Amino acid sequence: MYSEEHQKYLKKIKINKFFIRFTQLLIVFLILFLWQFAANHNLINTFISSSPKAIINTIIELYKNETLFHHIWITFYEVIISFLIATIGGIIIATILWRFKFISKVIDPYLTILNSLPKVSLGPIIIILAGASTKAIIIMALFISIIITIINVQQAFTSTDENKIRLLKSFKAKPHQIFFKLILPSNYNNLINVCKVNIGLIFIGVIMGEFLVSKAGVGYLIMYGSQVFNLNLVMTGIILLCIMASLLYYLIVFVEKRLQK
Amino acid sequence: MEILKVKHLRKTYHTKKHEILAVEDFSFNLKQGEFVAIVGPSGCGKSTILSILCGLDKPSSGTIEINNNLKFGYMLQGDNLFEWRTIYKNCLIGLELENKLTKENLDYVNHLLDTYGLKDFKKAYPNNLSGGMRQRVSLIRTLATKPDILFLDEPFSALDYQTRLAVSDDVYKIIKKEKKSAIMVTHDLSEAISMADRVIVMSPRPSTIKNIYEIKLTGKSTPIQNRKAKEFADYYDKIWKDIDYHV
Ligand SMILES: Nc1ncnc2c1ncn2[C@@H]1O[C@H](COP(=O)(O)OP(=O)(O)OP(=O)(O)O)[C@@H](O)[C@H]1O
Ligand SMILES: [Mg+2]
Repeated sequence: MYSEEHQKYLKKIKINKFFIRFTQLLIVFLILFLWQFAANHNLINTFISSSPKAIINTIIELYKNETLFHHIWITFYEVIISFLIATIGGIIIATILWRFKFISKVIDPYLTILNSLPKVSLGPIIIILAGASTKAIIIMALFISIIITIINVQQAFTSTDENKIRLLKSFKAKPHQIFFKLILPSNYNNLINVCKVNIGLIFIGVIMGEFLVSKAGVGYLIMYGSQVFNLNLVMTGIILLCIMASLLYYLIVFVEKRLQK
Repeated sequence: MEILKVKHLRKTYHTKKHEILAVEDFSFNLKQGEFVAIVGPSGCGKSTILSILCGLDKPSSGTIEINNNLKFGYMLQGDNLFEWRTIYKNCLIGLELENKLTKENLDYVNHLLDTYGLKDFKKAYPNNLSGGMRQRVSLIRTLATKPDILFLDEPFSALDYQTRLAVSDDVYKIIKKEKKSAIMVTHDLSEAISMADRVIVMSPRPSTIKNIYEIKLTGKSTPIQNRKAKEFADYYDKIWKDIDYHV
């Protein structure tokens, strides 16, 4: 059992944590309340700024004509596919670059240029090549995230402690053994961080792609909403994106915790 | 019996701007069961010699003759434990790489951990251990693959003085008990004299062997005891003069 002092200390941490959560929720409710209040009393133009009630109504409406989950699913699908390809592909390419320094040196300036290029500018080319389809959206998202994934992962891999590599070599370790026993596990945290950053980038890519080509998805809802000047729909789309992005982020945190056990 | 013969070892490092002759000439033989210490000024090529002897680096010229059946264990400067592995798993890394996780070998590792005071820490992670314990783990990791010759590169440099004395005593006993031969690099002259059968003194870079001392102490026993032997100060003076530190 803990001493009384330690129990007090633990309790203090708990109370502190509770107040932080409480304040966070309070802020959300306060904003929603003020927003709705201002809308009800015509302090703001609801046509432009929408209102919480209108957003909820829009969601219910979408749900009733059975398109809500369709749009969410489309976007979710595009995000997951691009995320898996970008992360796994990025790590594999980074591994090849780590293993073969020659290729890495040859390719380095190209990576740097591609990385600093604003990827949106590739939009039209991608559409022409891949057609106005889901494929184009996924390629768009891939372009945005895979280059930076490769650069970050390779950087992490090559900065692995040289002495630990020598240690393994003194046991006559082969390159694949060094990779699986040392490089991968020692960069576990870096890889998780890459995943977290990637989810954000992929969302940017997918929504941008949907703005450009799509006929469905949350990005499409926002685009369509703005074209017909239905700001309720635009706001609804943004709120949906917030929810999806945070869900995926916590999914990664969850997986991270599971793997740590 | 001589188990390792090194003749006219020479090593030049090439970088874009320079060519550095690190080791000019290094020859010596290691006997079965012998403990040899190498001392010399910083940067004279001691680490270089060790990494060449255990095959991590290639010499520019010279020959190294060894019995092919002999196995090396290299203990690097710093413990280099893997933080994500338990102490037990850290000790197994060499066996894993060599695909030798047999019952017999696992028993041996367990035995080493039990004998050298790490019994209750097998499931702990490295950052819960003191510096001295980490150093012992690092040694057990090296011993686990049953090497015949140990190469130790400043194995105790990360430790404070007290711990250093205690751990060097431990390590010495372990090595003698397991009947290994060893070559140890150190900066600490007392450590070298108290542990080794022979001390090799290197000159500054480009280095050659300046002197080799056969250490003969009356009532030779453990390193801590050896420091009290009457010849100790003598050897210390001689080696100190050889190295000729300019302060
Ligand atoms: N990879 C390398 N490339 C170029 N020069 C090197 C390399 N490794 C070592 N040297 C040079 O060789 C010389 C000997 O280095 P080494 O590390 O063997 O010295 P040392 O005796 O172990 O020094 P210390 O006592 O400080 O550990 C140094 O002058 C160093 O600059
Ligand atoms: Mg050194």
